[in-house]
Amino acid sequence: MNFVIPSFLPAIPEIALLALTSLILVADTIWSKRHQFATYYATQFTLFIVGMLLLSSFATEQTLTFSGSFVRDQFGDILKLFIILISMGIFMFSREYLLQAKFYRGEFFTLGLFGILGMLVMVSAYNFITLYLGLEIMSLAIYTLVAMRKSDSKALESSLKYFVLGALATGMLLYGFSMIYGATATIQFDEMARVIASGSADDVVLSFGVVFVVIGLAFKLGAVPFHMWVPDVYEGAPTAVTLYMGTASKIAAFAILYRVLVEAIPDLVADWQALIIIITILSLIVGAVVTLVQENLKRLLAYSGIGHIGFLLLGIIAANPGGYSAAMFYVIVYSITALAAFGMIVALARTNTEFDLIADFKGMNQRNPWLALMMLFVMFSMAGIPPFIGFYAKILVIEEVVQAGFTWLAILSVVTAVISAFYYLRVVKVMYFDDPDDATPIEPVSRQLKWAVSFVSALLLILGLMPSSLITLCYNSLS
Amino acid sequence: MVFGFPILSTLVWLPIVGGALILFLGRDRDSFAKWTALGVSILTFLASLTLWTAFDSNTSAMQFVEKTEWISQFNIYYYLGVDGLSMPLILLTTFTQILVIASAWEVIKERVEQYMGAFMIMQGLMIGVFAALDSILFYVFWEALLIPMFIVIGKWGGQDRVYATLKFFLYTFFGSVFMLVAFIYMYFQSGSFSILDFHAMPIAMTAQIFIFLAFLIAFAVKVPMFPVHTWLPDAHVQAPTAGSVVLAAIMLKMGGYGFVRFSLPITPDASMTLDWLVIALSLIAIFYIGLVAMVQSDMKKLVAYSSISHMGFVTIGMFLVYDIIQTTGSSQGAMIGMEGAMIQMISHGFISGAMFLMIGVLYDRMHTREISAYGGVVNVMPWFGFFAVLFSMSNSGLPGTSGFVGEFMVILAAFKANVWYGLVAATTLIIGAAYTLWMVKRVYFGPVANEQVGKLKDLSKREFAIMATLAFAVVLLGVYPAPLIEVMHSSVANLLVQATTSKL
Repeated sequence: MNFVIPSFLPAIPEIALLALTSLILVADTIWSKRHQFATYYATQFTLFIVGMLLLSSFATEQTLTFSGSFVRDQFGDILKLFIILISMGIFMFSREYLLQAKFYRGEFFTLGLFGILGMLVMVSAYNFITLYLGLEIMSLAIYTLVAMRKSDSKALESSLKYFVLGALATGMLLYGFSMIYGATATIQFDEMARVIASGSADDVVLSFGVVFVVIGLAFKLGAVPFHMWVPDVYEGAPTAVTLYMGTASKIAAFAILYRVLVEAIPDLVADWQALIIIITILSLIVGAVVTLVQENLKRLLAYSGIGHIGFLLLGIIAANPGGYSAAMFYVIVYSITALAAFGMIVALARTNTEFDLIADFKGMNQRNPWLALMMLFVMFSMAGIPPFIGFYAKILVIEEVVQAGFTWLAILSVVTAVISAFYYLRVVKVMYFDDPDDATPIEPVSRQLKWAVSFVSALLLILGLMPSSLITLCYNSLS
Repeated sequence: MVFGFPILSTLVWLPIVGGALILFLGRDRDSFAKWTALGVSILTFLASLTLWTAFDSNTSAMQFVEKTEWISQFNIYYYLGVDGLSMPLILLTTFTQILVIASAWEVIKERVEQYMGAFMIMQGLMIGVFAALDSILFYVFWEALLIPMFIVIGKWGGQDRVYATLKFFLYTFFGSVFMLVAFIYMYFQSGSFSILDFHAMPIAMTAQIFIFLAFLIAFAVKVPMFPVHTWLPDAHVQAPTAGSVVLAAIMLKMGGYGFVRFSLPITPDASMTLDWLVIALSLIAIFYIGLVAMVQSDMKKLVAYSSISHMGFVTIGMFLVYDIIQTTGSSQGAMIGMEGAMIQMISHGFISGAMFLMIGVLYDRMHTREISAYGGVVNVMPWFGFFAVLFSMSNSGLPGTSGFVGEFMVILAAFKANVWYGLVAATTLIIGAAYTLWMVKRVYFGPVANEQVGKLKDLSKREFAIMATLAFAVVLLGVYPAPLIEVMHSSVANLLVQATTSKL
């Protein structure tokens, strides 16, 4: 048996993250009594370090390591960078929220960091085992995060729901993995692609495998008809955790979708494309129609998120590098927008109110015109109205899907976009046209959060005016 | 550009930056907001005059062109330029803007900075729509416009403003997304989003039909044409005066402009095949909507319906081209129809703006738009009565006013195409006169109807200045339309060539 020591270099960011997180975990028990925010600052510092490590070794070409189970490429590095940037934002928002909600604890940050580690591993996964490992690291962290406020029965309910359904999804995924493994005798993505291309694998087993894998992935993404958990969990979880689930983890979920469908089983495109088309159509429709009747803003964002997943999948349906790049652009843009939207709720939440009802935003323009304007940016960006960045995200996927010959899907998607404009407009309407029940001015919890929310929201406009560099970044990474 | 100076960008961004400044710095500083808005509007208007003076009317090529790479991945450019079709519309926009700002001076008391900011940003975006030569840039301006208008109607509007503004937004948004899909489709055929490239590319018949229909939905909602016009009366009635003016005077023109910039030159064969559809809808608008206008009891609604009816002349004038060439064999008549349509757009901008401002004057004093609440206004407001009658006459197409020129040219062209078209179109001279003058009779003439009317004060200096400016424009265009026609001539001729050259 000859054992070759693998190159650890490509995985340095992940290794550093793991080491530092473990350190914080221990340190937290010591310093949390004396310095309340030490863990928080250590967390942000850790993310900063990891981000720097990532940038300093930014990949220009594909490198495999750990016997080919771990991949480092430009696509992955860009996604990881955005995961880290967005996570820094998440933690910043969360700290204030936890203080207001009176359950500030160091564990939130360490668990959060472990979740991020899981996401990074997912992005870099190049065989089924690594992928599963990353997914579970992330999911377990999130299950716990959702249930962290033990006194909140709603949160506990959502945690349990999430855990049971998440386990079911993982089961599906594993079942699919094992079938594909059975047919191809490998768990390695590039080898799998080779075996399938050679035609020596059993088609029936493979097709079954693909179905289960797609179901499992759709669960994780929250696409219809596997979306039932999304609104309940989003609504029940503390907003800081919703923020975490609704933004960075979507990027990771997109990454594994891409790794599996495109890098592992590209030649089964005929199989998975048809499945994805059905899922997309349903997601677009449910995301547009069911959202119309929501009164809770977190629930509304959850359902609208389902619609956004539908749009993202349009890029996958196109089944060419352009389409994948458009989907990549879409998921990044969506995460930034969702960060701004949930961040707004977090910034306004107080000890006695979650500020997550649409009615809470009544007369916002009279209570705080600046925040109302920022929220308007977020809503119009989500609706895909130019000049906000959400528009370019939509137009790119539509463009790719038209090019791939699915003009009818493009038309369906724009119709759902029009329908969903209604509920975003409703939020704007409530803010601008209704009189507040209580006209006292309202400010974000802290000055820092006000700047953060304003920055992320304004980013939607700035990127919208100058979208070229982000688009080029996404397109270059996959061509 | 004029001597290397990016005049079009200035016209687009000056008001937008001014509007943003007002929005951010003008909170609780109403007079700052008002004066900045007025100052920037006047500055923009003066700047836009250089377009007129430096314009070369001998060419149909785009002028003052600016082109910079914007989204390189998809060949999208920041590409601006004007020709004889768009330049007058830009001037109309900058001209109307001053009156719009002035009209709100004492009327708007709540959140003045947001109101002024919204109108300034809107102005920049509207100029952008008329100047954009890249279809994505065009679409960005076109859609972004909905946001400030949505806020303006919903915030400063009347009783049912929320319903009206949602309807306005969703109708227009629904219309335009199909246009977007059409743009994307054409991008894959031509490899570019440039409108001029779209003009030049060949398109197969089936594709042309679909693209034509996509454009038709987008522009018909905006114009608006029967049967997708129902948002307009709602929006007009609920919108504040200045909102109605901008809607009627400029936003509706964007629909008409869309037809000449996109539909006719890009899909000439489909336009020829389906011209009956547009002509039929236009005739319905002219005749049926005219009748609908007659029975309105609300003045703003009446003018709104009259707008739809008048815009029918714009669309029919544009699409008569094919019939005229078929029956007369020459493009002479087609030229008259097309130029009539263009003049009708400009003239309707003045007249409808004036009509809405007049109603605004009355509404500010009486807080009702019901015709039955008035009577004998002229007895207590002689100056106002004078202007009101002048504009109403112009609205019903009195020779010597701008309303006559466009309508007359279009009717003339309609008779050349088909006697029946001409006959139906000409009924507007009767119906239009009927609903407008009947309103004049009920509101302005007769004995003073009630005590409130008896206490009305005549126009203030500010209002007088606004009315006088518009009156001057209406009469000038009516008596001496030649300079306007001259500016348009080469571009219209070029458009006719494009519209009649098959692209199959």
